Amino acid sequence: MGGVAELTRRQQYDQRQRRRSIAAAAASSVVAVVALVVLVPRLSGWESVRSSFFDGDVLATTFPKLLRAFLLDLKILAWTAPAVLVLSVLVALARGARSPVLFPLRAVGVVFTDVFRGVPTILVITLIGFGVPAAFGLRRPWNDPVLWGSVALTLSYAAYVAEIIRSGIEGVHESQRAAARSIGMTSGQTMRSIVLPQAFRSTVPPMMNSFVSLQKDVALVSVLGPVEVLRRAEIEQSRFFNFTPYVGAAIIFLSLTIPLTRLADYLLARQQRRTGGTQIT
Amino acid sequence: MRRSLLIPALVAAAVFVTACGDDGGDPVLDTSPDPTSAPTSPETSPATDAPDDGDDVSAAAACAAEAGTFTDGVLTIATGEFAFPPYVLDDAPESKQGFEAAVAYAVAGQLGFADDQVTWVRTGFDEVIAPGEKEFDFNLQQYTITPERANVVDFSEGYYSAAQAVLGYTDSPAAGATSVADLKGLKIGVQASTTSLNYIEDVIQPDDDPLVYNDNAAAKAALDAGQIDAIVADLPTALYITAVEIENTTVFGQIEGSGTDEFGLLLAKDNPLTECLDLALQALKADGTLDAITEEWMAEYAEAPLISAS
Repeated sequence: MGGVAELTRRQQYDQRQRRRSIAAAAASSVVAVVALVVLVPRLSGWESVRSSFFDGDVLATTFPKLLRAFLLDLKILAWTAPAVLVLSVLVALARGARSPVLFPLRAVGVVFTDVFRGVPTILVITLIGFGVPAAFGLRRPWNDPVLWGSVALTLSYAAYVAEIIRSGIEGVHESQRAAARSIGMTSGQTMRSIVLPQAFRSTVPPMMNSFVSLQKDVALVSVLGPVEVLRRAEIEQSRFFNFTPYVGAAIIFLSLTIPLTRLADYLLARQQRRTGGTQIT
Repeated sequence: MRRSLLIPALVAAAVFVTACGDDGGDPVLDTSPDPTSAPTSPETSPATDAPDDGDDVSAAAACAAEAGTFTDGVLTIATGEFAFPPYVLDDAPESKQGFEAAVAYAVAGQLGFADDQVTWVRTGFDEVIAPGEKEFDFNLQQYTITPERANVVDFSEGYYSAAQAVLGYTDSPAAGATSVADLKGLKIGVQASTTSLNYIEDVIQPDDDPLVYNDNAAAKAALDAGQIDAIVADLPTALYITAVEIENTTVFGQIEGSGTDEFGLLLAKDNPLTECLDLALQALKADGTLDAITEEWMAEYAEAPLISAS
Protein backbone atom coordinates (compact mmCIF):
# COMPACT_ATOMS: atom_id res chain seq x y z
CA MET A 1 0.00 0.00 0.00
CA GLY A 2 1.32 3.47 0.83
CA GLY A 3 5.01 4.22 0.41
CA VAL A 4 7.44 4.12 3.30
CA ALA A 5 8.11 7.84 3.28
CA GLU A 6 4.57 9.00 2.87
CA LEU A 7 1.82 8.04 5.25
CA THR A 8 -1.77 7.91 4.19
CA ARG A 9 -4.11 10.33 5.87
CA ARG A 10 -5.64 7.41 7.74
CA GLN A 11 -2.19 6.43 9.10
CA GLN A 12 -1.43 10.03 10.03
CA TYR A 13 -4.69 10.17 11.92
CA ASP A 14 -3.91 6.88 13.71
CA GLN A 15 -0.46 8.13 14.64
CA ARG A 16 -1.88 11.34 16.08
CA GLN A 17 -4.42 9.37 18.08
CA ARG A 18 -1.70 7.09 19.37
CA ARG A 19 0.51 9.97 20.46
CA ARG A 20 -2.42 11.67 22.11
CA SER A 21 -3.33 8.60 24.16
CA ILE A 22 0.29 8.06 25.21
CA ALA A 23 0.47 11.66 26.38
CA ALA A 24 -2.79 11.32 28.28
CA ALA A 25 -1.64 8.12 29.99
CA ALA A 26 1.69 9.69 30.94
CA ALA A 27 0.07 12.84 32.31
CA SER A 28 -2.48 10.95 34.41
CA SER A 29 0.26 8.63 35.74
CA VAL A 30 2.37 11.61 36.79
CA VAL A 31 -0.60 13.18 38.56
CA ALA A 32 -1.36 9.90 40.36
CA VAL A 33 2.23 9.38 41.50
CA VAL A 34 2.57 12.99 42.68
CA ALA A 35 -0.71 12.67 44.57
CA LEU A 36 0.53 9.48 46.30
CA VAL A 37 3.95 10.88 47.17
CA VAL A 38 2.66 14.23 48.38
CA LEU A 39 -0.62 13.31 50.02
CA VAL A 40 -0.05 9.94 51.71
CA PRO A 41 2.65 11.17 54.13
CA ARG A 42 0.26 13.94 55.11
CA LEU A 43 -2.35 11.51 56.39
CA SER A 44 -2.55 11.93 60.15
CA GLY A 45 -1.83 8.28 60.91
CA TRP A 46 0.95 7.91 58.38
CA GLU A 47 3.81 8.04 60.86
CA SER A 48 2.44 5.18 62.94
CA VAL A 49 1.53 3.21 59.83
CA ARG A 50 5.03 3.72 58.49
CA SER A 51 6.68 2.54 61.69
CA SER A 52 4.48 -0.51 62.13
CA PHE A 53 4.30 -1.63 58.49
CA PHE A 54 7.48 -0.29 56.90
CA ASP A 55 10.18 -0.48 59.55
CA GLY A 56 13.51 -0.74 57.74
CA ASP A 57 15.38 -2.32 60.64
CA VAL A 58 12.77 -4.99 61.20
CA LEU A 59 12.69 -5.73 57.47
CA ALA A 60 16.47 -6.06 57.33
CA THR A 61 16.49 -8.45 60.31
CA THR A 62 13.61 -10.62 59.20
CA PHE A 63 13.90 -10.69 55.40
CA PRO A 64 16.65 -13.35 55.26
CA LYS A 65 14.55 -15.59 57.52
CA LEU A 66 11.52 -15.01 55.32
CA LEU A 67 13.52 -15.93 52.22
CA ARG A 68 14.74 -19.12 53.86
CA ALA A 69 11.17 -20.02 54.81
CA PHE A 70 10.08 -19.29 51.23
CA LEU A 71 12.28 -22.14 50.05
CA LEU A 72 9.74 -24.48 51.61
CA ASP A 73 6.96 -22.80 49.60
CA LEU A 74 8.98 -23.28 46.43
CA LYS A 75 9.68 -26.91 47.31
CA ILE A 76 5.99 -27.64 47.82
CA LEU A 77 5.12 -25.78 44.63
CA ALA A 78 7.77 -27.68 42.68
CA TRP A 79 6.17 -31.06 43.21
CA THR A 80 2.56 -29.98 43.60
CA ALA A 81 2.26 -28.16 40.27
CA PRO A 82 3.25 -31.14 38.06
CA ALA A 83 1.15 -33.48 40.22
CA VAL A 84 -1.87 -31.19 39.75
CA LEU A 85 -1.34 -31.22 35.99
CA VAL A 86 -1.17 -35.02 35.74
CA LEU A 87 -4.09 -35.66 38.06
CA SER A 88 -6.28 -33.03 36.45
CA VAL A 89 -5.74 -34.50 32.98
CA LEU A 90 -6.73 -37.92 34.32
CA VAL A 91 -9.85 -36.50 35.97
CA ALA A 92 -10.77 -34.54 32.85
CA LEU A 93 -10.38 -37.69 30.72
CA ALA A 94 -12.44 -39.68 33.21
CA ARG A 95 -15.22 -37.11 33.06
CA GLY A 96 -15.09 -37.01 29.30
CA ALA A 97 -15.16 -40.77 28.83
CA ARG A 98 -17.90 -41.54 26.30
CA SER A 99 -18.30 -45.32 26.42
CA PRO A 100 -21.35 -46.46 28.44
CA VAL A 101 -19.15 -49.10 30.08
CA LEU A 102 -17.07 -46.36 31.60
CA PHE A 103 -19.96 -44.80 33.50
CA PRO A 104 -18.38 -45.60 36.92
CA LEU A 105 -15.22 -43.78 35.84
CA ARG A 106 -17.28 -40.75 34.82
CA ALA A 107 -19.07 -40.86 38.14
CA VAL A 108 -15.78 -40.92 40.02
CA GLY A 109 -14.62 -37.91 38.04
CA VAL A 110 -17.80 -36.00 38.81
CA VAL A 111 -17.67 -36.83 42.52
CA PHE A 112 -14.00 -35.90 42.70
CA THR A 113 -14.49 -32.46 41.17
CA ASP A 114 -17.66 -31.82 43.16
CA VAL A 115 -16.05 -32.70 46.46
CA PHE A 116 -12.65 -31.11 46.12
CA ARG A 117 -13.89 -28.01 44.35
CA GLY A 118 -16.69 -27.55 46.85
CA VAL A 119 -14.69 -27.89 50.05
CA PRO A 120 -12.46 -24.93 51.01
CA THR A 121 -8.80 -25.74 50.38
CA ILE A 122 -7.82 -25.06 53.98
CA LEU A 123 -10.33 -27.66 55.15
CA VAL A 124 -9.05 -30.25 52.70
CA ILE A 125 -5.52 -29.60 53.94
CA THR A 126 -6.50 -29.89 57.60
CA LEU A 127 -8.57 -33.03 57.10
CA ILE A 128 -6.02 -34.85 54.96
CA GLY A 129 -2.89 -33.49 56.64
CA PHE A 130 -3.91 -34.56 60.14
CA GLY A 131 -6.54 -37.17 59.29
CA VAL A 132 -4.81 -39.53 56.88
CA PRO A 133 -1.69 -40.16 59.00
CA ALA A 134 -3.83 -40.60 62.14
CA ALA A 135 -6.38 -42.85 60.42
CA PHE A 136 -3.81 -45.16 58.86
CA GLY A 137 -1.36 -45.02 61.76
CA LEU A 138 1.41 -43.89 59.44
CA ARG A 139 4.87 -43.50 60.93
CA ARG A 140 7.67 -41.17 60.08
CA PRO A 141 8.59 -40.22 57.46
CA TRP A 142 5.26 -41.20 55.89
CA ASN A 143 3.14 -39.02 58.16
CA ASP A 144 5.02 -35.89 57.21
CA PRO A 145 2.77 -32.80 57.24
CA VAL A 146 4.53 -31.32 54.20
CA LEU A 147 3.86 -34.52 52.25
CA TRP A 148 0.17 -34.75 53.13
CA GLY A 149 -0.31 -31.00 52.85
CA SER A 150 1.02 -31.25 49.30
CA VAL A 151 -1.29 -34.16 48.54
CA ALA A 152 -4.27 -32.17 49.81
CA LEU A 153 -3.26 -29.14 47.78
CA THR A 154 -2.89 -31.35 44.71
CA LEU A 155 -6.36 -32.85 45.12
CA SER A 156 -7.95 -29.46 45.66
CA TYR A 157 -6.28 -27.80 42.69
CA ALA A 158 -6.65 -30.79 40.38
CA ALA A 159 -10.41 -30.44 40.75
CA TYR A 160 -10.25 -26.88 39.43
CA VAL A 161 -7.72 -27.51 36.71
CA ALA A 162 -9.58 -30.65 35.54
CA GLU A 163 -12.57 -28.45 34.78
CA ILE A 164 -10.38 -26.07 32.80
CA ILE A 165 -8.93 -28.95 30.79
CA ARG A 166 -12.37 -30.46 30.26
CA SER A 167 -13.60 -27.17 28.86
CA GLY A 168 -10.54 -27.18 26.58
CA ILE A 169 -11.30 -30.71 25.43
CA GLU A 170 -14.92 -29.88 24.75
CA GLY A 171 -13.82 -26.75 22.92
CA VAL A 172 -12.07 -28.87 20.27
CA HIS A 173 -14.51 -29.12 17.39
CA GLU A 174 -16.19 -32.48 16.84
CA SER A 175 -15.02 -32.44 13.22
CA GLN A 176 -11.43 -32.83 14.45
CA ARG A 177 -12.31 -36.15 16.05
CA ALA A 178 -14.33 -37.21 13.05
CA ALA A 179 -11.42 -36.45 10.74
CA ALA A 180 -8.97 -38.32 12.96
CA ARG A 181 -11.20 -41.36 13.24
CA SER A 182 -11.86 -41.35 9.50
CA ILE A 183 -8.16 -41.77 8.76
CA GLY A 184 -8.13 -44.80 11.03
CA MET A 185 -6.96 -43.46 14.41
CA THR A 186 -8.30 -45.20 17.46
CA SER A 187 -10.20 -43.09 19.96
CA GLY A 188 -7.16 -43.20 22.28
CA GLN A 189 -4.88 -41.99 19.52
CA THR A 190 -7.36 -39.30 18.62
CA MET A 191 -7.42 -38.05 22.18
CA ARG A 192 -3.64 -38.13 22.55
CA SER A 193 -2.57 -36.73 19.23
CA ILE A 194 -5.44 -34.56 18.09
CA VAL A 195 -7.71 -33.42 20.91
CA LEU A 196 -5.40 -32.96 23.93
CA PRO A 197 -2.72 -30.88 22.14
CA GLN A 198 -5.36 -28.45 20.92
CA ALA A 199 -7.13 -28.47 24.28
CA PHE A 200 -3.90 -27.66 26.10
CA ARG A 201 -3.05 -24.79 23.84
CA SER A 202 -6.34 -23.09 24.49
CA THR A 203 -6.21 -23.66 28.24
CA VAL A 204 -2.69 -22.48 28.97
CA PRO A 205 -3.71 -18.95 30.06
CA PRO A 206 -6.38 -20.07 32.56
CA MET A 207 -4.00 -22.75 33.83
CA MET A 208 -1.37 -20.10 34.42
CA ASN A 209 -3.95 -18.32 36.53
CA SER A 210 -4.44 -21.44 38.60
CA PHE A 211 -0.69 -21.77 38.95
CA VAL A 212 -0.41 -18.25 40.36
CA SER A 213 -3.24 -19.03 42.72
CA LEU A 214 -1.63 -22.32 43.76
CA GLN A 215 1.60 -20.53 44.49
CA LYS A 216 -0.22 -18.36 47.03
CA ASP A 217 -2.27 -21.19 48.53
CA VAL A 218 0.89 -23.16 49.31
CA ALA A 219 0.97 -20.97 52.42
CA LEU A 220 -2.13 -22.81 53.67
CA VAL A 221 0.02 -25.85 54.38
CA SER A 222 1.26 -23.89 57.39
CA VAL A 223 -1.91 -24.88 59.30
CA LEU A 224 -0.28 -28.31 59.58
CA GLY A 225 2.75 -26.87 61.34
CA PRO A 226 5.50 -26.42 58.74
CA VAL A 227 6.98 -22.94 58.96
CA GLU A 228 6.72 -21.53 55.47
CA VAL A 229 7.01 -17.85 54.64
CA LEU A 230 3.59 -16.70 55.86
CA ARG A 231 4.00 -18.47 59.21
CA ARG A 232 7.54 -17.17 59.54
CA ALA A 233 6.18 -13.66 58.97
CA GLU A 234 3.57 -14.25 61.67
CA ILE A 235 6.25 -15.48 64.07
CA GLU A 236 8.47 -12.49 63.45
CA GLN A 237 5.48 -10.18 63.69
CA SER A 238 4.76 -11.55 67.12
CA ARG A 239 8.40 -11.27 68.13
CA PHE A 240 8.74 -7.62 67.09
CA PHE A 241 5.11 -6.56 67.53
CA ASN A 242 5.45 -5.06 64.08
CA PHE A 243 3.67 -5.84 60.80
CA THR A 244 6.69 -5.22 58.59
CA PRO A 245 7.46 -8.97 58.23
CA TYR A 246 4.04 -9.39 56.59
CA VAL A 247 4.97 -6.69 54.10
CA GLY A 248 8.23 -8.58 53.53
CA ALA A 249 6.30 -11.78 52.83
CA ALA A 250 4.01 -9.88 50.45
CA ILE A 251 7.04 -8.57 48.57
CA ILE A 252 8.38 -12.12 48.21
CA PHE A 253 5.04 -13.39 46.91
CA LEU A 254 4.71 -10.49 44.50
CA SER A 255 8.21 -11.02 43.14
CA LEU A 256 7.00 -14.40 41.90
CA THR A 257 3.36 -13.74 41.06
CA ILE A 258 3.85 -10.54 39.06
CA PRO A 259 6.21 -12.12 36.49
CA LEU A 260 3.93 -15.15 36.33
CA THR A 261 0.88 -12.98 35.77
CA ARG A 262 2.66 -11.05 33.03
CA LEU A 263 3.61 -14.37 31.43
CA ALA A 264 -0.02 -15.47 31.59
CA ASP A 265 -1.09 -12.17 29.97
CA TYR A 266 1.50 -12.65 27.25
CA LEU A 267 0.37 -16.21 26.55
CA LEU A 268 -3.24 -15.10 26.39
CA ALA A 269 -2.40 -12.29 23.98
CA ARG A 270 -0.34 -14.64 21.83
CA GLN A 271 -3.16 -17.12 21.70
CA GLN A 272 -5.64 -14.45 20.71
CA ARG A 273 -3.30 -13.37 17.93
CA ARG A 274 -3.07 -16.96 16.73
CA THR A 275 -6.71 -17.86 16.83
CA GLY A 276 -8.26 -14.48 16.18
CA GLY A 277 -7.73 -14.71 12.41
CA THR A 278 -6.02 -11.91 10.52
CA GLN A 279 -4.87 -8.98 12.58
CA ILE A 280 -6.68 -5.73 12.11
CA THR A 281 -4.31 -2.80 12.12
CA MET B 1 -23.51 12.48 79.58
CA ARG B 2 -20.54 10.75 81.09
CA ARG B 3 -20.21 13.40 83.80
CA SER B 4 -23.81 13.10 84.88
CA LEU B 5 -23.49 9.33 85.18
CA LEU B 6 -20.32 9.62 87.18
CA ILE B 7 -21.83 11.08 90.35
CA PRO B 8 -24.49 8.37 90.82
CA ALA B 9 -21.85 5.79 90.04
CA LEU B 10 -19.59 7.17 92.72
CA VAL B 11 -22.42 7.33 95.23
CA ALA B 12 -23.32 3.76 94.42
CA ALA B 13 -19.70 2.77 94.81
CA ALA B 14 -19.43 4.50 98.16
CA VAL B 15 -22.61 2.85 99.40
CA PHE B 16 -21.40 -0.50 98.17
CA VAL B 17 -18.02 -0.11 99.80
CA THR B 18 -19.57 0.98 103.11
CA ALA B 19 -22.04 -1.87 102.96
CA CYS B 20 -19.38 -4.51 102.66
CA GLY B 21 -16.69 -2.59 104.47
CA ASP B 22 -16.02 -5.17 107.17
CA ASP B 23 -17.08 -8.12 105.14
CA GLY B 24 -13.54 -9.02 104.19
CA GLY B 25 -14.88 -12.02 102.33
CA ASP B 26 -12.52 -11.78 99.42
CA PRO B 27 -9.22 -13.45 100.16
CA VAL B 28 -7.61 -11.68 97.26
CA LEU B 29 -8.20 -8.17 98.37
CA ASP B 30 -8.18 -8.41 102.12
CA THR B 31 -4.44 -8.68 102.40
CA SER B 32 -4.03 -5.31 100.77
CA PRO B 33 -4.64 -2.12 102.70
CA ASP B 34 -8.29 -1.97 101.74
CA PRO B 35 -7.80 -0.41 98.35
CA THR B 36 -11.49 -0.24 97.56
CA SER B 37 -12.21 2.26 100.28
CA ALA B 38 -11.09 5.28 98.30
CA PRO B 39 -12.64 5.30 94.89
CA THR B 40 -11.16 8.21 93.05
CA SER B 41 -11.31 9.43 89.56
CA PRO B 42 -9.39 12.01 87.64
CA GLU B 43 -12.25 14.42 87.99
CA THR B 44 -13.09 14.13 91.64
CA SER B 45 -10.74 14.61 94.50
CA PRO B 46 -10.93 11.80 97.03
CA ALA B 47 -11.10 14.33 99.86
CA THR B 48 -14.53 15.63 98.85
CA ASP B 49 -16.41 12.84 97.12
CA ALA B 50 -15.10 9.62 98.51
CA PRO B 51 -15.21 8.28 102.04
CA ASP B 52 -12.85 10.47 103.97
CA ASP B 53 -9.69 8.58 104.59
CA GLY B 54 -7.27 10.44 102.40
CA ASP B 55 -4.24 8.77 103.93
CA ASP B 56 -5.15 5.61 102.11
CA VAL B 57 -4.66 7.13 98.69
CA SER B 58 -1.66 5.27 97.39
CA ALA B 59 1.04 6.72 95.24
CA ALA B 60 -0.35 4.65 92.40
CA ALA B 61 -3.82 6.15 92.84
CA ALA B 62 -2.45 9.68 92.84
CA CYS B 63 -0.46 8.82 89.75
CA ALA B 64 -3.55 7.37 88.03
CA ALA B 65 -5.59 10.45 88.89
CA GLU B 66 -2.89 12.51 87.21
CA ALA B 67 -2.56 10.25 84.18
CA GLY B 68 -6.27 9.76 83.50
CA THR B 69 -7.88 6.72 81.94
CA PHE B 70 -9.44 5.79 78.62
CA THR B 71 -12.91 6.55 79.98
CA ASP B 72 -12.94 9.00 82.88
CA GLY B 73 -13.69 7.42 86.22
CA VAL B 74 -13.57 3.92 84.79
CA LEU B 75 -10.64 1.56 84.42
CA THR B 76 -10.95 -0.35 81.17
CA ILE B 77 -9.06 -3.63 81.30
CA ALA B 78 -8.65 -5.94 78.34
CA THR B 79 -8.06 -9.65 78.24
CA GLY B 80 -8.24 -12.42 75.64
CA GLU B 81 -11.25 -13.18 73.44
CA PHE B 82 -11.38 -16.41 75.33
CA ALA B 83 -9.77 -16.19 78.75
CA PHE B 84 -8.89 -19.55 80.26
CA PRO B 85 -7.84 -21.01 83.61
CA PRO B 86 -5.79 -20.61 85.67
CA TYR B 87 -5.68 -17.00 84.46
CA VAL B 88 -9.44 -16.46 84.33
CA LEU B 89 -12.00 -19.01 85.43
CA ASP B 90 -15.08 -19.64 83.26
CA ASP B 91 -14.08 -16.87 80.87
CA ALA B 92 -15.57 -14.39 83.39
CA PRO B 93 -12.91 -11.96 84.64
CA GLU B 94 -15.62 -9.89 86.39
CA SER B 95 -15.86 -12.67 88.96
CA LYS B 96 -12.24 -12.00 90.08
CA GLN B 97 -11.75 -15.75 89.87
CA GLY B 98 -8.45 -16.68 88.33
CA PHE B 99 -4.89 -15.38 88.59
CA GLU B 100 -5.01 -12.56 86.06
CA ALA B 101 -8.52 -11.52 87.08
CA ALA B 102 -7.33 -11.24 90.69
CA VAL B 103 -4.19 -9.35 89.67
CA ALA B 104 -6.27 -6.98 87.57
CA TYR B 105 -8.62 -6.14 90.43
CA ALA B 106 -5.74 -5.78 92.90
CA VAL B 107 -4.02 -3.36 90.53
CA ALA B 108 -7.30 -1.51 89.99
CA GLY B 109 -7.63 -1.18 93.75
CA GLN B 110 -4.15 0.25 94.03
CA LEU B 111 -4.98 2.74 91.29
CA GLY B 112 -8.00 3.86 93.30
CA PHE B 113 -10.74 2.16 91.30
CA ALA B 114 -13.47 0.25 93.07
CA ASP B 115 -14.45 -3.10 91.62
CA ASP B 116 -17.53 -1.67 89.95
CA GLN B 117 -15.44 1.00 88.27
CA VAL B 118 -13.66 -1.70 86.30
CA THR B 119 -14.97 -2.64 82.87
CA TRP B 120 -13.62 -5.47 80.77
CA VAL B 121 -13.12 -5.56 77.02
CA ARG B 122 -11.79 -8.40 74.88
CA THR B 123 -9.03 -8.23 72.31
CA GLY B 124 -7.21 -10.78 70.21
CA PHE B 125 -3.61 -11.43 71.19
CA ASP B 126 -2.15 -9.79 68.09
CA GLU B 127 -4.73 -7.02 67.82
CA VAL B 128 -2.83 -4.82 70.25
CA ILE B 129 0.05 -4.46 67.81
CA ALA B 130 -2.03 -2.57 65.27
CA PRO B 131 -1.24 1.13 65.21
CA GLY B 132 -3.81 3.57 66.48
CA GLU B 133 -5.81 4.16 69.63
CA LYS B 134 -6.08 1.34 72.11
CA GLU B 135 -9.57 0.89 73.49
CA PHE B 136 -8.36 -0.11 76.93
CA ASP B 137 -6.18 1.18 79.73
CA PHE B 138 -4.20 -2.00 80.05
CA ASN B 139 -4.35 -5.50 78.64
CA LEU B 140 -3.34 -8.69 80.36
CA GLN B 141 -3.27 -12.06 78.65
CA GLN B 142 0.15 -13.50 79.41
CA TYR B 143 2.07 -10.99 77.36
CA THR B 144 5.71 -11.81 77.79
CA ILE B 145 7.86 -8.71 78.10
CA THR B 146 10.50 -8.58 75.38
CA PRO B 147 12.72 -5.67 74.36
CA GLU B 148 11.47 -5.88 70.75
CA ARG B 149 7.85 -5.67 71.81
CA ALA B 150 8.67 -2.82 74.20
CA ASN B 151 9.59 -0.72 71.16
CA VAL B 152 5.97 -0.79 70.10
CA VAL B 153 3.94 -0.98 73.28
CA ASP B 154 4.49 -0.18 76.97
CA PHE B 155 4.84 -2.91 79.56
CA SER B 156 4.47 -2.65 83.31
CA GLU B 157 6.81 -4.52 85.58
CA GLY B 158 6.35 -8.26 85.44
CA TYR B 159 3.62 -9.83 87.56
CA TYR B 160 4.53 -13.46 86.93
CA SER B 161 7.36 -15.40 85.47
CA ALA B 162 6.59 -18.67 83.79
CA ALA B 163 8.98 -21.49 83.05
CA GLN B 164 8.81 -23.34 79.74
CA ALA B 165 7.43 -26.84 80.05
CA VAL B 166 7.34 -29.96 77.88
CA LEU B 167 4.21 -32.06 77.54
CA GLY B 168 2.96 -34.94 75.45
CA TYR B 169 1.25 -38.31 75.53
CA THR B 170 2.52 -40.54 78.29
CA ASP B 171 4.16 -42.91 75.79
CA SER B 172 6.00 -40.10 74.01
CA PRO B 173 9.77 -40.42 73.49
CA ALA B 174 9.97 -37.13 75.37
CA ALA B 175 8.60 -38.79 78.51
CA GLY B 176 11.99 -39.70 79.92
CA ALA B 177 13.68 -36.41 79.12
CA THR B 178 15.89 -35.16 81.91
CA SER B 179 17.86 -32.55 80.02
CA VAL B 180 17.40 -30.26 77.04
CA ALA B 181 19.85 -32.47 75.15
CA ASP B 182 17.24 -35.25 75.31
CA LEU B 183 14.80 -32.98 73.46
CA LYS B 184 17.07 -32.08 70.56
CA GLY B 185 16.27 -35.14 68.47
CA LEU B 186 12.51 -34.83 68.91
CA LYS B 187 9.84 -33.27 66.76
CA ILE B 188 8.53 -30.38 68.82
CA GLY B 189 5.26 -28.56 68.32
CA VAL B 190 4.43 -25.10 69.62
CA GLN B 191 1.67 -22.56 69.39
CA ALA B 192 2.27 -19.54 67.15
CA SER B 193 2.66 -16.06 68.65
CA THR B 194 4.16 -17.39 71.87
CA THR B 195 7.62 -16.79 73.26
CA SER B 196 7.87 -20.57 73.70
CA LEU B 197 8.74 -20.68 70.01
CA ASN B 198 11.59 -18.22 70.51
CA TYR B 199 12.75 -20.36 73.40
CA ILE B 200 12.77 -23.49 71.25
CA GLU B 201 14.61 -21.82 68.39
CA ASP B 202 17.09 -19.98 70.58
CA VAL B 203 17.76 -22.45 73.41
CA ILE B 204 16.62 -25.99 72.60
CA GLN B 205 17.60 -25.74 68.93
CA PRO B 206 16.13 -29.08 67.89
CA ASP B 207 17.57 -30.94 64.91
CA ASP B 208 14.29 -30.66 63.00
CA ASP B 209 12.52 -27.33 62.72
CA PRO B 210 9.69 -27.05 65.23
CA LEU B 211 6.17 -27.27 63.86
CA VAL B 212 4.00 -24.26 64.61
CA TYR B 213 0.23 -24.37 65.14
CA ASN B 214 -2.55 -21.84 65.30
CA ASP B 215 -4.02 -23.38 68.41
CA ASN B 216 -3.77 -26.31 70.76
CA ALA B 217 -6.45 -28.22 68.86
CA ALA B 218 -4.14 -28.36 65.85
CA ALA B 219 -1.23 -29.35 68.07
CA LYS B 220 -3.35 -32.19 69.47
CA ALA B 221 -4.17 -33.34 65.94
CA ALA B 222 -0.46 -33.37 65.17
CA LEU B 223 0.25 -35.39 68.32
CA ASP B 224 -2.45 -37.86 67.24
CA ALA B 225 -1.00 -38.07 63.75
CA GLY B 226 2.42 -38.80 65.24
CA GLN B 227 3.83 -35.72 63.54
CA ILE B 228 5.21 -34.31 66.79
CA ASP B 229 6.52 -35.95 69.95
CA ALA B 230 5.96 -33.14 72.39
CA ILE B 231 4.58 -29.64 72.81
CA VAL B 232 6.46 -26.81 74.50
CA ALA B 233 4.42 -24.15 76.29
CA ASP B 234 4.77 -22.05 79.38
CA LEU B 235 4.12 -24.12 82.47
CA PRO B 236 0.64 -22.87 83.44
CA THR B 237 -0.57 -23.26 79.87
CA ALA B 238 1.05 -26.68 79.66
CA LEU B 239 -0.75 -27.82 82.79
CA TYR B 240 -4.01 -26.43 81.49
CA ILE B 241 -3.57 -28.30 78.21
CA THR B 242 -2.88 -31.58 80.00
CA ALA B 243 -5.72 -31.12 82.49
CA VAL B 244 -8.41 -29.80 80.18
CA GLU B 245 -7.60 -29.69 76.51
CA ILE B 246 -5.85 -32.94 75.57
CA GLU B 247 -6.62 -36.13 77.42
CA ASN B 248 -3.93 -38.65 78.35
CA THR B 249 -1.17 -36.09 78.21
CA THR B 250 1.17 -35.16 80.98
CA VAL B 251 3.72 -32.47 81.69
CA PHE B 252 7.13 -34.14 81.53
CA GLY B 253 8.89 -31.28 83.20
CA GLN B 254 9.77 -27.63 83.28
CA ILE B 255 13.04 -26.54 81.81
CA GLU B 256 15.54 -25.31 84.33
CA GLY B 257 16.32 -21.62 84.13
CA SER B 258 13.63 -20.96 81.54
CA GLY B 259 11.49 -18.91 83.91
CA THR B 260 13.16 -15.66 82.99
CA ASP B 261 10.34 -14.45 80.79
CA GLU B 262 7.97 -12.27 82.70
CA PHE B 263 4.34 -11.51 81.97
CA GLY B 264 3.62 -7.77 81.99
CA LEU B 265 0.56 -5.57 81.74
CA LEU B 266 0.44 -4.16 78.24
CA LEU B 267 -0.40 -0.52 77.47
CA ALA B 268 -0.37 1.73 74.46
CA LYS B 269 3.08 3.14 73.78
CA ASP B 270 3.94 6.11 76.00
CA ASN B 271 0.78 5.84 78.06
CA PRO B 272 1.36 7.91 81.23
CA LEU B 273 -0.51 5.22 83.15
CA THR B 274 2.44 2.82 82.76
CA GLU B 275 4.38 4.20 85.70
CA CYS B 276 1.21 4.12 87.83
CA LEU B 277 0.90 0.39 87.09
CA ASP B 278 4.53 -0.03 88.12
CA LEU B 279 3.80 1.76 91.40
CA ALA B 280 0.71 -0.40 91.92
CA LEU B 281 2.60 -3.64 91.26
CA GLN B 282 5.46 -2.51 93.51
CA ALA B 283 2.97 -1.89 96.30
CA LEU B 284 1.32 -5.27 95.71
CA LYS B 285 4.71 -6.97 95.79
CA ALA B 286 5.83 -5.07 98.91
CA ASP B 287 2.77 -5.92 101.00
CA GLY B 288 2.65 -9.54 99.89
CA THR B 289 -0.63 -9.28 97.99
CA LEU B 290 0.85 -10.45 94.72
CA ASP B 291 2.50 -13.40 96.46
CA ALA B 292 -0.82 -14.31 98.04
CA ILE B 293 -2.62 -14.15 94.71
CA THR B 294 0.11 -16.16 93.03
CA GLU B 295 0.01 -18.72 95.83
CA GLU B 296 -3.76 -18.97 95.62
CA TRP B 297 -4.04 -19.48 91.87
CA MET B 298 -0.69 -20.62 90.61
CA ALA B 299 0.76 -22.78 93.40
CA GLU B 300 -0.03 -26.02 91.62
CA TYR B 301 1.22 -24.47 88.41
CA ALA B 302 4.73 -24.02 89.70
CA GLU B 303 5.48 -27.63 90.41
CA ALA B 304 6.76 -30.00 87.78
CA PRO B 305 9.95 -32.01 87.57
CA LEU B 306 12.95 -30.06 86.39
CA ILE B 307 14.55 -30.72 83.02
CA SER B 308 18.13 -29.57 83.18
CA ALA B 309 19.13 -26.86 80.75
CA SER B 310 22.32 -28.45 79.49
